[in-house]
Amino acid sequence: MPKDEFQARDFKIVGTRPLRPDGIDKVTGKARYGADVTAPGMLWGAVLRSPHAHARIVSIDTSAAEAMKGVKAVITRADFTYQPDDPGLADVLDNCMAGEKARYDGHAVAAVAATSKKIAHDALDAIKVEYEVLAHVTDVDEAMKPDAPVIEAGRQQENVPAGLSENVTSRSKYGHGDPEAGFSQADLVIERSFTTAATHQGYIEPHACLATLGADGQGDLWVCTQGHYMVRNTCAGLLGLDAGMLRVTASEIGGGFGGKTHVWIEPVALMLSRKAGKPVKLVMSRDEVFRATGPTASSSIDVKIGMKKDGTITGATATYRLQAGAYPGAIAFLSAMCGFAPYDLENVRTEGFEVMTNRPKAAAYRAPGAPMAAYPVESVIDELCQKLDLDPLETRLKNAADEGTKSAYGPTYPAIGLKATLKAAQSHPHWTAPLGENQGRGVACGFWFNFGGDTCVSLMVNPDGTVSLSEGNPDIGGSRASMSMMAAEELGVPLDQVRTIIADTASLGQNEVTDGSRVTFAVGLATIKAARHAIEIMKERAAMTWGIDPEAVDWHDGAAHPAGPNAGKFPPMTIKEIAAIASNTGGPIAGHHEVNAEGAGVSFATHMVDTEVDPETGAVKVLRYTVFQDAGKAVHPDYVEGQFQGGAAQGIGWAINEEYIYGEDGRLQNPGFLDYRVPVASDLPMIEPVILEIPNPGHPYGVRGVGETSIVPPLAAIANAVSRAAGVRLTSLPMSPPRVLAALKGQ
Amino acid sequence: MRFETPTTVDEAVRLLSDDPEARILAGGTDLLVRLRARQVAPSAVIDVKRIAEMTVITREEGGWRIGAAVPSAEMNEMSDLCADWPGVMEAADLIGSTQIQGRATMAGNLCNASPAADSVPAMVAAGAVARIAGPSGTRDVAVEDIPTGPGQTSLKPGELITSIFLPVKPAMSGDAYLRFIPRTEMDIAVVGVGVHVTLDDQGKISAARVALGAVAPTVILSQSCADALIGTPGDDAALDALAAAATEEATPIDDKRGTVAFRKDIAGVLARRTAKIAIARAKGDA
Repeated sequence: MPKDEFQARDFKIVGTRPLRPDGIDKVTGKARYGADVTAPGMLWGAVLRSPHAHARIVSIDTSAAEAMKGVKAVITRADFTYQPDDPGLADVLDNCMAGEKARYDGHAVAAVAATSKKIAHDALDAIKVEYEVLAHVTDVDEAMKPDAPVIEAGRQQENVPAGLSENVTSRSKYGHGDPEAGFSQADLVIERSFTTAATHQGYIEPHACLATLGADGQGDLWVCTQGHYMVRNTCAGLLGLDAGMLRVTASEIGGGFGGKTHVWIEPVALMLSRKAGKPVKLVMSRDEVFRATGPTASSSIDVKIGMKKDGTITGATATYRLQAGAYPGAIAFLSAMCGFAPYDLENVRTEGFEVMTNRPKAAAYRAPGAPMAAYPVESVIDELCQKLDLDPLETRLKNAADEGTKSAYGPTYPAIGLKATLKAAQSHPHWTAPLGENQGRGVACGFWFNFGGDTCVSLMVNPDGTVSLSEGNPDIGGSRASMSMMAAEELGVPLDQVRTIIADTASLGQNEVTDGSRVTFAVGLATIKAARHAIEIMKERAAMTWGIDPEAVDWHDGAAHPAGPNAGKFPPMTIKEIAAIASNTGGPIAGHHEVNAEGAGVSFATHMVDTEVDPETGAVKVLRYTVFQDAGKAVHPDYVEGQFQGGAAQGIGWAINEEYIYGEDGRLQNPGFLDYRVPVASDLPMIEPVILEIPNPGHPYGVRGVGETSIVPPLAAIANAVSRAAGVRLTSLPMSPPRVLAALKGQ
Repeated sequence: MRFETPTTVDEAVRLLSDDPEARILAGGTDLLVRLRARQVAPSAVIDVKRIAEMTVITREEGGWRIGAAVPSAEMNEMSDLCADWPGVMEAADLIGSTQIQGRATMAGNLCNASPAADSVPAMVAAGAVARIAGPSGTRDVAVEDIPTGPGQTSLKPGELITSIFLPVKPAMSGDAYLRFIPRTEMDIAVVGVGVHVTLDDQGKISAARVALGAVAPTVILSQSCADALIGTPGDDAALDALAAAATEEATPIDDKRGTVAFRKDIAGVLARRTAKIAIARAKGDA
């Protein structure tokens, strides 16, 4: 068996709960985030944004702003003279700085760099933009109609059926079997339509960067991002720079959740710096974060499921219409893949429509497309269970996908953990706890693919035998701790001998963004292999010292040992002893590993939640919440539990109160945390995490990513709990008090 | 922008009279937010926290005179004050977060003149009176007469509120304030209701003040709501009548925080729930 595949073993460090290495700096304010650095001669940047949802930019007069004392650069789209040939990059550029049209409220149209924040903002006020206001559309169903205002003509792919607006840019289809035949075998078929609102990732730290770009084409960028290699490659592509000349360093990050896997201000800051000849710091306000950066897509969905009296699902279809925002999107196809992924179905068809509207371009948000995919499916399954008097966990178990199941989106599953989560839910005391008046219990399953991707790790054995590990993925969920633990485990050294840092783009090869729940899996795999590489070198050094074959050396407990009696009687050489004489045995010792990691291992979860509905106000209280999820192997269980709880918390917000509210004028009405209501601590019960460990065959320790699956079931689980508590099926998110009260009154 | 730190009320009045564009800074929990959002650009900020009489709470005629710069957290640490006017104190305690509580003042809440201000319906129900200092001396004005519309007050140029007076608490009386928000804290009232009731020897309600917040441009001191309670023992029939009156009196708007229909419904629900607490407190049950 190749060594990168899973092998059962007893762990010494992996699976324990050491203190987090970044904790003290974060709680004492020492950690350096995106806005925390300055540079000599630094200027302050600011961005002028469109007040219109849709408007042709007739002219921009920057002369008054440029004449102001302290203003060092003013830029518009005209300054971006390099034209990216890739259409995707062209969209990114247009999103960062509007060209012909402002496509949404908050779209950047100009930017300034000045010697103070105040001057920069005063200069924005002095820029005169003449707009020709156009008709707009901010609703996904309206945008699909043939007479809807068109955001951009000519972007529709051939797979879109006739009769739809050009705003519909593509359609994707998945499935197998014959759902119509399946429905005819069912004892009950339920078809319902659902909507979900756009929600923002809600990271606490706004986007921020400090850019320096010289006339020689060399640049440095300090930035809060989930992927500094992505930032480097994208900015180089937008500005016509050589990627190798631009060094990007990732700051500490105050939350991302997928929302920091794109660029907005970074190319603008670089362009301002190039024009001004000085470093430029650009920090978004919360208002800008809400108006301009990606929320997830809102959606409109039809789901139809047929079920036999015994609970067998005989046929299933779903149509997902997702709001991509101002540019062609790529999330609906993920919804179409994920909706029925937990189930073993003979007849299933899904389709997904990507729809442009006058809203900010939808960005990735934790399992993008999957929460709104699971929500309608799990709601209809719940309603079928109610009407057929079936147990919702038993019914899901009856239809659950397992090893060998052909998934609804195509591939056949290897070993997966869905049934384990359902069985854990059945045997948990939460399932049988009594419920009071106006209370209901909901369950739902969720799926996420998980990704691997390009990954580089370098592991240095220092002269004193300590270990420095460099990885290229910003740490959004505890990866420095996990990497140190896996390196220490593999090397057999104490954890405090290893420190992991996030290296800049000039220090390691290409690394994919921190996304797709990939880091603990892929970077972990590369870390283990880099450690094995270093071990091989250290074994050679020991063999050289002892005068025996490297093959006759074993490595365990942090030391080289003769492989057996025939190898010779030498006392073990510890990593410290080998490191101390490295200069005399061939030079410094370092291991490294570069890989496009495959075998990430799909992930499943089951969530259970109790809610209480106030029959007079429609207010929903979440009383109890339990997450059952397969982690493959939990490297640092505290962080795994944190991911389970965090996903559930964000899902609770999405289900109950979070939504982008647009006015008739197409402007966002709630660009702030006051009226965009993420849950506060007192809104949440203790969320109990239950970790299941069904090893991922594709990782040496069995690790699966856990960061995203936890946000997939909550929308449905809460909708099911609320619907059961209220005695009426809720089909629109968020289930805010006015909406629930209206449903209770039968309106 | 000038930053002024007067130490007497007279000095503050003079600064304010001399500069119509100046703004008063007490806790700053509204003003600083506006400044940062570039919504206001006053020529001067006059900090009143160094004016001794505006930073203290004193007993007066059996009631409580609360300096206009006294933060909510300080009021809520005075057990006697909380025992007399629990509804007012709870309302002030709902403004913002723990950090905001250390700064936010009821006078500031009143002068900000938001229709959804939490402390205002409670003060109105309690019969609170604002003391105003200005170029032509001081005057006392009922709290309900201060806001005249969203962001508008009846204060004249050069005038500022120096204190809020909570009158002596009548025997056998109790007050309460409840608000409805979509989450559990850190939010702005969709509807707020303040109720103060006084019972007679037979346990019947002899006097009542019911104030409805966030359902009109200014707080509604509702006589029909009071009438629904007065002369009754505060039983279910009376509470039903109160709820109906509150729903009837509310004239809210549709906005991002709630619809007209929802706010009217909730006004009734909250009026009933708030009155129950006030009645229980009047009876000494809570």
